[in-house]
Amino acid sequence: MKIAQVIGSTISTIKNRRIMSTKLLICRETDAFGKKEIGISYVAIDLVDAGIGDLVLTCHGSAARQTPSTKETPTDAVIMAVLDHLEVDGEITFRK
Amino acid sequence: MLIAKVIGTTVSTIKEPTLEGRKLLILRQTDVDGVPVGKPYVAVDTLDAGIGDLVLTAHGSSGRQTEITKNRPVDAVIMAVIDHLSVLGEVTYKKD
Repeated sequence: MKIAQVIGSTISTIKNRRIMSTKLLICRETDAFGKKEIGISYVAIDLVDAGIGDLVLTCHGSAARQTPSTKETPTDAVIMAVLDHLEVDGEITFRK
Repeated sequence: MLIAKVIGTTVSTIKEPTLEGRKLLILRQTDVDGVPVGKPYVAVDTLDAGIGDLVLTAHGSSGRQTEITKNRPVDAVIMAVIDHLSVLGEVTYKKD
């Protein structure tokens, strides 16, 4: 799983019918402090009603299809948790 | 899923029989503004995307979760054509 920040949304009319009613959010991986953004943005299906700015966990590959709403859909990334806080070496590094 | 721009097509006479009749497009990953980053790759088009379109692609086994790519030697599929992208409330890309 990756720690990522939700930075935006995508709108798409023409898409695979199995993902017709899903929310596709733009995510950017962050470090363990939830601050520094790493790498290039990617898109994940939102399962937990995350909002812009939220720090979330995303699950990738075939693991992303292990939920009832993404089963047998052409999906390789889902948001499966919204983070409340992060703790590294006993120190709180992020709090919602 | 990755945001990518369709930059070209591939034509191939000799290919695996189950791939016959499938459209294989050349894509390049982009950032949220639609500016290309990274190197080109090829994905099966299931939605009649055109050159210049911004699309979403699913990778790995997720690429085989459509009727067109099921049980075929495919590891990348176009599963959505993007109408617009917005980041932090600002529209960064809009389809012409």
